[in-house]
Amino acid sequence: MENAGYLFAAYALVWVTVFGFILILLNQQKKFRQDLESLNATLKENDTSSGDGS
Amino acid sequence: MNTSHKTKLGLLALSAALMIWAHYMVFVYVPTEAVMGIVQRIFYVMVPVAWLAMFSTFVLFIASIAYLKTRKSSWDAVAYSAAEIGLLFTTLAIVVGMLWAKPIWGVWWTWEPRLTTTLVLWLILLACLMVRKVANDPSRGSIFAAVVGIVAFIDVPIIGMSTTLWRGIHPGGIIFEGGLAPPMLQTLLVSLAAFTVLYVLMMVLRVTVKNNEITIEKLKTLR
Repeated sequence: MENAGYLFAAYALVWVTVFGFILILLNQQKKFRQDLESLNATLKENDTSSGDGS
Repeated sequence: MNTSHKTKLGLLALSAALMIWAHYMVFVYVPTEAVMGIVQRIFYVMVPVAWLAMFSTFVLFIASIAYLKTRKSSWDAVAYSAAEIGLLFTTLAIVVGMLWAKPIWGVWWTWEPRLTTTLVLWLILLACLMVRKVANDPSRGSIFAAVVGIVAFIDVPIIGMSTTLWRGIHPGGIIFEGGLAPPMLQTLLVSLAAFTVLYVLMMVLRVTVKNNEITIEKLKTLR
């Protein structure tokens, strides 16, 4: 089992990096969905208030 | 690229199944190589990450040409995602390569043609992402990045031919020269398939995030 540490390090590095990247993407996606909902709500609110005024 | 939730889940399931199969083959099925020993199993992850580094640069090349022709933000999103994921896999290829080089060659790094040309690709991909930040106007940044993206692809065939063009110590052509025993070749092919599906999933997720970012920026200007 000589050099097993290098083998473990190589696979661990790849998996930590790939999972980390996917987790970051999923978090960003969640944040964007929240931003999108709040922006849509603001736009609807603006439409309603401008409609009331006319 | 508006990919449905079902497609993403399907890709995730396929990727996970192929990865489990690939890891079974790497750690259980394939015999230990006689000369290099257990550390040779790094080969089954190093080749797929290096393949994805080059494949992502090819995707970047196609998306960059398409963006320069059409100026559609959807192509820019694909080019940005391919450059970012390409940089990630090029970094992994270099670092995993170092973890293989140390026990086999006795050094972490050597200015060998295959390694040097891969480092050049890493630098070009980094530049491709950096030019977007440097440009004052985002659309100009996208044009600069597309040009750098096309230049990046020129390095891919050079990396491929580096072991035959220049004499190095890297055993580059072993796969195509039939130097692999059948169980080793089967393991490598399964691993390549598993990582390629994972790449597709990563691209789909990254492009979705980038497109959402563009939509939010547009909505903010409307507010």
